[in-house]
Amino acid sequence: MSNATQELKTDQLFINLGPQHPSTHGVLRIGLTIEGEVIVKAIPDIGYLHRGTEKLAEVRNYHHCVVLTDRWDYVSAMPNNLVFCLAAEKLMGVKATPRADALRVIMCEMNRVASHLLFFGTYGIDLGAYTPFLYAFREREMVLDLFEMICGARLTYNYIRLGGVMVDAGPDWLKRTLEFVEYFKPRLDEYDTLLTYNPIFMARTKEVGIVTATEAVDWALSGPNLRGSGVDHDVRKADPYSGYENYDFDVPLGKTGSCWDRYFCRVQEMRQSIRIIEQAIAKLPAGPFMASGVAKIPKPAPGESYAHVEGSRGDLGIYLASDGGISPYRMHVHAPSFINLAMLQEKLEGMKVSDVIALLGSIDIVLGEVDR
Amino acid sequence: VTDKPEDKKPEPAKVPEPVAAAPAPAAAAPAAAPKVVPPKYIPPVPVLNYKNGRLIEDRFTTWPTERFANRWSKPGFQWGAAMLVAIFGGLAITGIVVGEIALWANKFYALLVGFGAAKGFSPLAAEFIWVAIKVLIVLNIVLINGLWSIWWERKISAHIQSRVGPTYAGSPKGWNFHGWAQTAIDGIKLLLKEDITPAAADKWVHALAPGLVVAPCIIAFAPVLFGDNMAAASLDIGTLYIFAFAGISVIGIVMAGWASGNKYSLLGGLRGAAQIVSYELPRGFSVVPILMFAGSLDLQVISNAQAGYWHGIIPRWFIFYPVVGQIAFVIFLIASVAETNRTPFDIPEAESELVSGFHTEYSGMKWSIFFLAEYAYVLLGSFLLATFFLGGGSSPVNAVPFTLIPSWMWMLGKAMLMMFVFLWVRWTLPRFRVDQLMDFTWKFLLPWSFVNIAIAGLYLAFWLN
Repeated sequence: MSNATQELKTDQLFINLGPQHPSTHGVLRIGLTIEGEVIVKAIPDIGYLHRGTEKLAEVRNYHHCVVLTDRWDYVSAMPNNLVFCLAAEKLMGVKATPRADALRVIMCEMNRVASHLLFFGTYGIDLGAYTPFLYAFREREMVLDLFEMICGARLTYNYIRLGGVMVDAGPDWLKRTLEFVEYFKPRLDEYDTLLTYNPIFMARTKEVGIVTATEAVDWALSGPNLRGSGVDHDVRKADPYSGYENYDFDVPLGKTGSCWDRYFCRVQEMRQSIRIIEQAIAKLPAGPFMASGVAKIPKPAPGESYAHVEGSRGDLGIYLASDGGISPYRMHVHAPSFINLAMLQEKLEGMKVSDVIALLGSIDIVLGEVDR
Repeated sequence: VTDKPEDKKPEPAKVPEPVAAAPAPAAAAPAAAPKVVPPKYIPPVPVLNYKNGRLIEDRFTTWPTERFANRWSKPGFQWGAAMLVAIFGGLAITGIVVGEIALWANKFYALLVGFGAAKGFSPLAAEFIWVAIKVLIVLNIVLINGLWSIWWERKISAHIQSRVGPTYAGSPKGWNFHGWAQTAIDGIKLLLKEDITPAAADKWVHALAPGLVVAPCIIAFAPVLFGDNMAAASLDIGTLYIFAFAGISVIGIVMAGWASGNKYSLLGGLRGAAQIVSYELPRGFSVVPILMFAGSLDLQVISNAQAGYWHGIIPRWFIFYPVVGQIAFVIFLIASVAETNRTPFDIPEAESELVSGFHTEYSGMKWSIFFLAEYAYVLLGSFLLATFFLGGGSSPVNAVPFTLIPSWMWMLGKAMLMMFVFLWVRWTLPRFRVDQLMDFTWKFLLPWSFVNIAIAGLYLAFWLN
């Protein structure tokens, strides 16, 4: 702070940013104490969307629990379905069929595209650019249409089931998905010209909210937030599941850990997701889409299991404990949004009010997953 | 709209026949044990929803984008294009027929004075009526501009964002040409809305603020040139007058921010004050080279100074003066956008940060008056850009059909072009941060406008004259 700021000391002002504010992406509240435009103290306040899904899981059987998972990160529900199914399958000793695995990968990657498109659009709006939002939604709409075609739902899919998937993807659906992929590739370059390399956008995000690699690891960040700081960790590569080891894709990394790097990682991840979808469709194995021998009411033997996937927002994990009953004895979600959000309080101090929005947007939280 | 291709409809659901065909008991089977296997129903494999009998919807047959693929084949599109051509062609023809409005206005004024003299009124009465007419015309230009430019902005923003914008408002009988009545109907809605004054607000200041924002803007229109010799008041200090009055509006913004009793509004008001005061400077200094070349503050003189063509081809507009003209134009354009609080500079409103900035707590007509002022400033900036840099009412091409078109039409066309730039910029760029905004004006725009003045001085010394 310069001398001028110290001399012109003004009264501190307390602002409630949220829970109903255009750009807190849900019902996050941040209590900001500001001096002019500079933030002195910031207190994030969560819990407005707490629905107790972890507790609810304890009174439902394993098939019914999949429905609950849709509601955490409602922007990308497929990885949520997947991670629960992986954990429960470990517990039950069931293995998904190869075709189901490939379909799961396709769905998760398409959902990653949809989720990152939402991020791209809303981040533009956060920084005052309205047009990218509608461009992103034009494409997101197509992904959601594809999801609706295959499973009838646009937001809470409940598509990935224990032992496989809900329905098979027919040739028509696959053809249409490839059409979307072809349509989408040039759109990514369009986004780059529209927003990514816009000088004002870069000025707003390049030097803002820098998280060093050490800090990112210390805070246990994951997903694009971690990779934006240059740490090469992706669950799809580090601990492959559902046959991710068979696909050829890169993990985009940021350099400085600024808001722009996190943004850039996400935009690049969409390209990689498209690559994975193409490969998965090209070598989609034939066979059943549901493993045989999945009980209607599974009663896994007592024990515990942990599974994690690379969700759209980071390392999404589930711990399941069974006491031999029909419902989980305990379920715990390792939610990336919640963990990523934790850095907000420390990072916000000394920032400008406009940078709160830039940083919050770049973390890309979904309050459904934070509060669960 | 029935533009869905009928031929692409999915085939009707073809439910595979339930395999009721349990192997028919062969005749050769021993009759002693007639054990009939009950037919087992195997449900059809759900492959795609529309084949499964569920969710048969047309929209899965085409992508959303394909609906606009072959637009020229649509009768509506052809009608729209024809109407646009008719509007512009009709305007040009009426312009050529009517000619310079200023000449007709002078005749009317002479008639008015003659009538007054014949009836024995004092000459002041005729003068008074004449001024009242001019004031009414300018006031209505500002108001109608609100209707027109909001509709235009909605259409332009829609097409930039791959939407179509308003299409229905107008008439139930189909005269809804591109939703032409949208703003008028919105205005009626705003009039009928409840006018809320927050309990924490300072009532008088809260009510006064919108008026104080819009009034200086309307007053500033007095010397604005709508064509050759077509200004409500021909002032020899016209430029200074406009800048002076346009600067007053910021008081209204600060009042609105302070009186609302809302912290977001307060921040917005303070930001607005800092921004508008800062951008006044480069805006004023960027015009100084123009004033030096023209040698006057009078807008009419500035416009006349740009008449004629270099080598008979390139118009002598100030924007075509090498280096100086372009720098001045860009700085003036940027500063004008900043003055109107529009998107790259919409920091006082900053929807994603300050909810709505200084007009968060305004509703109904008071809120819409802020918008009226915003669009009035856009119009003012457009006309000033056209006058200062784009040659006022002179034709860009030195050839017969173009030079015949009267000056007021050229002026309007250039102003609308500049207004399009305003709208275009708004829907393309993100927003600055407060400190970046200040850096931009004080460290970039202002020094360059000084440099520009110096270069203009060199031009005057060595090239012009």
